[in-house]
Amino acid sequence: MIENALRGSKRYWTWVFFLLAVIFVGFLFYLKQYHEGLGITGLSRDVTWGFYIAQLTFLVGVAASAVMVVLPYYLHNYKAFGKITILGEFLAISSVIMCMLFVVVDIGQPSRMFNLFLHPSPNSMLFWDTVVLSGYLILNIVISIVTLGAERKGIAPPGWIRPVIVFSIPWAVSIHTVTAFLYAGLGARPFWMTAILAPRFLASAFAAGPALLILLVLLMRKITKFHVGDEPIKKLTVIVTYAMIINVFFVLMEFFTAFYSAMPEHVAHFKYMYFGLDGNANLVPWMWTSVVLSIFALVMLIVPKFRYNFKLLPVTCVAVFIGLWIDKGIGLIITGFVPSVLGEVVSYKPTFPEIMITIAIYAVGALLVTVFYKVALTVRGEVTYDRVRPLETKAVGTK
Amino acid sequence: MGIDRRGFMKVSGLTILGIAGGASIDGLASPQTPRKKAAEAGTRRYAMVVDLKKCHSQEGCRDCVQACHLYHNVPDFDNRKDEIKWIWKDSFHHAFHSMEHEHLEESITEGPALLLCNHCDNPPCTRVCPTKATWKREEDGIVMMDWHRCIGCRYCVVACPYGSRSFNWRDPRPHIKEVNPDFPTRTRGVVEKCTFCELRLAKGQKPACVEACKEGALIFGDLEDPESEVRKALQDRFSIRRKPELGTEPEVYYLV
Repeated sequence: MIENALRGSKRYWTWVFFLLAVIFVGFLFYLKQYHEGLGITGLSRDVTWGFYIAQLTFLVGVAASAVMVVLPYYLHNYKAFGKITILGEFLAISSVIMCMLFVVVDIGQPSRMFNLFLHPSPNSMLFWDTVVLSGYLILNIVISIVTLGAERKGIAPPGWIRPVIVFSIPWAVSIHTVTAFLYAGLGARPFWMTAILAPRFLASAFAAGPALLILLVLLMRKITKFHVGDEPIKKLTVIVTYAMIINVFFVLMEFFTAFYSAMPEHVAHFKYMYFGLDGNANLVPWMWTSVVLSIFALVMLIVPKFRYNFKLLPVTCVAVFIGLWIDKGIGLIITGFVPSVLGEVVSYKPTFPEIMITIAIYAVGALLVTVFYKVALTVRGEVTYDRVRPLETKAVGTK
Repeated sequence: MGIDRRGFMKVSGLTILGIAGGASIDGLASPQTPRKKAAEAGTRRYAMVVDLKKCHSQEGCRDCVQACHLYHNVPDFDNRKDEIKWIWKDSFHHAFHSMEHEHLEESITEGPALLLCNHCDNPPCTRVCPTKATWKREEDGIVMMDWHRCIGCRYCVVACPYGSRSFNWRDPRPHIKEVNPDFPTRTRGVVEKCTFCELRLAKGQKPACVEACKEGALIFGDLEDPESEVRKALQDRFSIRRKPELGTEPEVYYLV
């Protein structure tokens, strides 16, 4: 099955080698970080978690969002998603692996990583995050191998896989809930001390993840023969619409609670994000970009004429994805540290090596998605091929 | 008997899982380290009392900070980003910002406050540690650190409401001016903080900072002992703690 990833067109290989080159460059920067310490990042005594952990948080959401195609298909028997569930699962696997890499690069003593398992600490949310993320990875690997394997042989998947798939649905919710619990239970950080954090994480994830999936499906329609039809794309767009509305609603709730109560320790963080605090307006342009993109996306999604316009849809999805990425991948984590526990406004900016390492991990994700989708599409090609032609012409090269 | 690639990958995948799972079960099943057992021997509750007025009487004095950092091989990075500190002077405004008001006695608000790990009774930092590399010692309440187990995830730094924990962003060793051979140096990538000088206490000595303070502004002792200096100081004068509303129960008190 996996051997299909080793046969491909020139375009395929160019893309693969480009990603490998990016990964290689990022790896060199990681070696530098490994030898010199995390001091080469922009992180400091005051802003102790930054870009790496923020990407982890965002990508856990993308991983969890696979449930938005799995649930309608397996629980509601929504047949139109049949062709894309595997794409959702492969996207989930790639995202979880990226999450794990972001944990590894953020850790000061990566060689001691195994202490997480040698000294399991159920009182730590990081322990539970490791448990749910690894569990989710295993579930999705098993599910995709079994279902795609069955499809390759042209048979129905074994009966035992169905309960496993159903089990993976609440598990997907758990990964993002536990990730929110990393932050939401800390008295030291009033910005994250909000019960709505986990629901908000899920809402933004169920908008950003399916938006990315739409973009990938549209891209594949363009560059491959894989055609899923319009219906699943439209359905995904509806999911993005609802999730985006709920997410924006949740953000407005946060605003109300902070500004109406006028409690300084809550207000300060929002001020820093959107207006700047003590002359520090680092995040202001980013956050307003996010606001503009989100409002634009909402208009495009809510008006049916725009929502189902396949020319505009990619633009909308990019707006959703980037808007939410800024919100979670930049705003949410950094703002938790500004002002600091001592009430100081400290700036943080990721350094060049930090950005290169981050890009390299995203490149790993892109490479995994490419390889997995290639395998899935080729398997699909084989299936239809076998049915039409006699068996001796089975050696199919490219898609 | 042949084994194909898929078979091999399945078997090796399961093996890796088995090892990881086995290791975690081992960890869960093994008895808790002897830390908790010692509690029976009669518990103490170490605490520090800082007399802010006495501390202010020597302007610019850094005796306690220097003594501590020298004794514990704390590096001096000279930049705020990589800075490591176990005990330091900060403004009243930073230390007690929720308690401040415009018309508070100037002698209190204008002088610095001495900050260190609060050795909380209910420490949020130990709660979040994923490897039990930091824990509260039941027999005397000291919040301890194992620099050999810490993986450097910095969750404890995030959870500490007092900014008392420092992370070694770079190799600290080249930045230690004078190495004290009686105390270990740390490696990069681990968290460190004040330990109430538990090694000195074991030898019957006072913490280095308390010993260094000529003004007698730092009082250290056991709160469980009604005759102790700390108990008396807290009885005689009005004292405050940092962020008491968080329920962490800090064991560093400030006399005002």
